Amino acid sequence: MTYLHWRKFKNIAFHASLYLAAVIVLLPLFLIVSYVFKMGASSLNLDFFLAFPKPVGEVGGGMRHAITGTLYLVAIASIISIPTGLLCGIYLSEFGKGKVATLLKFSIDMLTGVPSIIIGIFAYILIVVPLKGFSAMAGGVALSIIILPIVCRSTEEILKLIPQHIREAGLALGLPRWRVILNIVVKGNLSSLITGVMLAISRAAGETAPLLFTSFGNMYLSYRIDEPMASLPVQIYNYAISPFDDWRRQAWAGAFVLITIVLGINLLSRLLVKLGSLRHLIRRGIK
Amino acid sequence: MKSLFSLILVLLMATNTYAVTKVNGAGATFPYPMYSKWFSEYNKNNKDVQFNYQSIGSGGGIRQLIKQTVDFGASDAPMKERDMKKAAWPVKHIPTVLGAVSVAYNLEVNGNLNLDGETLSAIFLGDISKWNDGRIQKLNPAVKLPNTDILVVRRADGSGTTSIFSDYLSTVSTKWESKVGRGKSLKWPVGIGSKGNEGVTATVKQTEGSIGYVELAYALKNNLPTVALKNKAGEFQKPSVQGVSLSAASLKKDAKVTASIVDAAGKGVYPISAFTYILLPVKEETTQLKEVKKFLKWALTKGQNMTEELHYAPLPKSLATKMLEEIK
Amino acid sequence: MVRDIENVQNSFSTENNGNISKKKSFLTYGEQDKFAYFLLKLIASLVIILLLGMIAMLLNSSLPAIKEFGIGFAFNDNWNPVEDEFGALAFLFGTLVTSALAIMIAAPLSISVAVFINEILPTKLGKLISLFVEMIAAIPSIVFGLWGIFFLGPFVKDVLTPFLKSNFGFLPLFQGASFGIGILTASIILAIMITPTITSICREVLKTVPKIQKEAALALGATRFEMIKIALIKPSFSGLTGGVVLGLGRALGETMAVAMVIGNSPTITASLFSPAATMASVIANEYAEADSDLHLSAMCYIGLLLFLVTFIVNSFARAIVWKKQRKARG
Repeated sequence: MTYLHWRKFKNIAFHASLYLAAVIVLLPLFLIVSYVFKMGASSLNLDFFLAFPKPVGEVGGGMRHAITGTLYLVAIASIISIPTGLLCGIYLSEFGKGKVATLLKFSIDMLTGVPSIIIGIFAYILIVVPLKGFSAMAGGVALSIIILPIVCRSTEEILKLIPQHIREAGLALGLPRWRVILNIVVKGNLSSLITGVMLAISRAAGETAPLLFTSFGNMYLSYRIDEPMASLPVQIYNYAISPFDDWRRQAWAGAFVLITIVLGINLLSRLLVKLGSLRHLIRRGIK
Repeated sequence: MKSLFSLILVLLMATNTYAVTKVNGAGATFPYPMYSKWFSEYNKNNKDVQFNYQSIGSGGGIRQLIKQTVDFGASDAPMKERDMKKAAWPVKHIPTVLGAVSVAYNLEVNGNLNLDGETLSAIFLGDISKWNDGRIQKLNPAVKLPNTDILVVRRADGSGTTSIFSDYLSTVSTKWESKVGRGKSLKWPVGIGSKGNEGVTATVKQTEGSIGYVELAYALKNNLPTVALKNKAGEFQKPSVQGVSLSAASLKKDAKVTASIVDAAGKGVYPISAFTYILLPVKEETTQLKEVKKFLKWALTKGQNMTEELHYAPLPKSLATKMLEEIK
Repeated sequence: MVRDIENVQNSFSTENNGNISKKKSFLTYGEQDKFAYFLLKLIASLVIILLLGMIAMLLNSSLPAIKEFGIGFAFNDNWNPVEDEFGALAFLFGTLVTSALAIMIAAPLSISVAVFINEILPTKLGKLISLFVEMIAAIPSIVFGLWGIFFLGPFVKDVLTPFLKSNFGFLPLFQGASFGIGILTASIILAIMITPTITSICREVLKTVPKIQKEAALALGATRFEMIKIALIKPSFSGLTGGVVLGLGRALGETMAVAMVIGNSPTITASLFSPAATMASVIANEYAEADSDLHLSAMCYIGLLLFLVTFIVNSFARAIVWKKQRKARG
């Protein structure tokens, strides 16, 4: 075989392996989602979304409290951690030198590796014990600690790869540095940044361990931030480990709903970004 | 748009501020289905009280009670001395229902398996590793046992079920008591750990030749064959609600409720039975504590009629009455 | 356009005293930037304090165990809650082995998929496939655990094990009985879980390679494969490593899914089929029910050790990247 043929062969083999990799990676997704759907579809009715849990043996009963709870907790966590994470990521990519920056980078690396249960224990010691009670606030704080490093890391990586000349152009136009960062660097790459944020939120929405000792779980719906709050992962966990078929099927249905919610947030945010940039273009056009 | 949104938010919050007493409790997973049924039934006639119980485990329940983050606790195993000392006030153990730990297995044989305490301990110690071992065969003369390995399935996580099971094994086997002992988490000599009762159930169901211990409801609901254990009276008993109630009946009149009732004497007894307790703090009465006591009075009377359909055994009537005195 | 003309006219009017840049800000640009920098530094310090707080809490909780067992804790594999004897070696082993195996499976796959989406697929299809990959991240960890118990475990036991044994059975890695749950199953699930993280970061990293470099390689006669190797992967190496390290961080700390499929046997074996236990899984399994204070403290000590392991792994990864960058420059 000539050298050229060998190179061509390597090329084809490489392409084949890429296709294979894609299939291998996507296979578990379809397996899992179809399995969850198969196990839980029978329990997905209107009751599931609107009703509160019924004890075992009684037909009906749903996870309304848990669905609302998850949205609530994720919202609290996002409010705390997304701005913080974005700012930290911006700090690391734009002002990456110096002691504080190195320490921050290091801290973020460490925080990504903390098991979620330890984060839960930390939030428990920090908030639950002094206030002598489980609360949605504690759960939100625990989830925010999970979201923060992921947002920061991905923001940093994405912003670092923007060519320097864009920033220089902004500065050359006479803008203060902070405007360059906010309006040009960040705004211009909003969709990429949102990807990172979404990844973090998806992870937080599905976590059980940090919520066990913080938001605790609740059989009822409560909007108060200082009371225990139900959440889908905890509720799924409680039902999945029970011996009763009815509850177990509801657990799978809950898992399906959780996956759907997370996906929904994902798609919605992308849509919003698209709409945002569309509006911008329309405005420009009119002028 | 924004003002509309905030108006909706305020309205949603407003609907929740009528005077409802909220009581929080935490503890054992074992009685969770029972307690959730009880709380739901109780709430039907007592709309002004909401009980929120979360099953974070017996140990968790005890710790949260001591730290005063919950109003009452629940535990399968009684509190240890050192935990009682840590609490700011004395804690009463109120038994609510009884449960059985069944030994489930997966083996294609022509008949139900009989075992006794010594043999069971030997299996879980790893001393018996094949199903057709002489000791097992002796207890099952009519059954043809295959020459397969025994796979021991036990709990990965700490649990009250483990503590009841190990309590039984320690009671019937001195070798187990010295080598492994009692506790919610153990250093197991053999076996693989599955998480939770449902994990053990799933593993046993999927693995030929496996044996594991699960709460009765799990074995029944999943149609797993269960071992008939030899009780003190010499009978081989499969786990059942009656067998469990009879264990409790054997409790002497003046014995503490926190006493162990495994391997109880008497006919018809199923040897691996145990109480599950609600931990009631003895302190000056808060609104929450008053509601807990009111609930317990209901649970110890009307509530006892609802236990059997969920595979829990009700307390013996004399014990229930005695406990009503305790709650005052 | 109209506004610009007005501005210019304004600047020439006498009311403004010829002052073109009359802005209504009370801070100069320099001051604004200084303030912004200060604000960022403040938030950064808060995050650092958060980490320190966590380490302090762990240290505080593990003091009894440190006093009792000392450094030997990390080298002792005896874990006996009944006798209050604890040693973390078996869990260190479990964490390192499952994470390493997960990375070995996931990193090449994820990077391949990232390249695949960016380079091979047309944009619309690429967006769709990347959406699917991100869907994997949306699956909660308990669902992974449950799927592992009911689907993957039996699959590993009935299909994968015989296959591996018949082809590679001579390796000590693939000897011994398989019950479905164990190191191999846990590693596979971890690999699936960290794939979306690695893939999405790598995709973003690869996107930023200037087209001109890729076209230059192709213009010089490189095959697609060679172009990707030379012009795409080599320059983005540090970014790709960053993505892999983020994935590794998640693998090290993953609690729930691993706790359900690893069998929780604190043993150290060579066989991939045997059950094991990881540092995160033992905390998840035994924390709620821990009886003695020493038991709790020992688990916090394990948490501390996990911090240490994360630190070492991260420093190692950083050193590799640094070396590679130096080589590229030199």
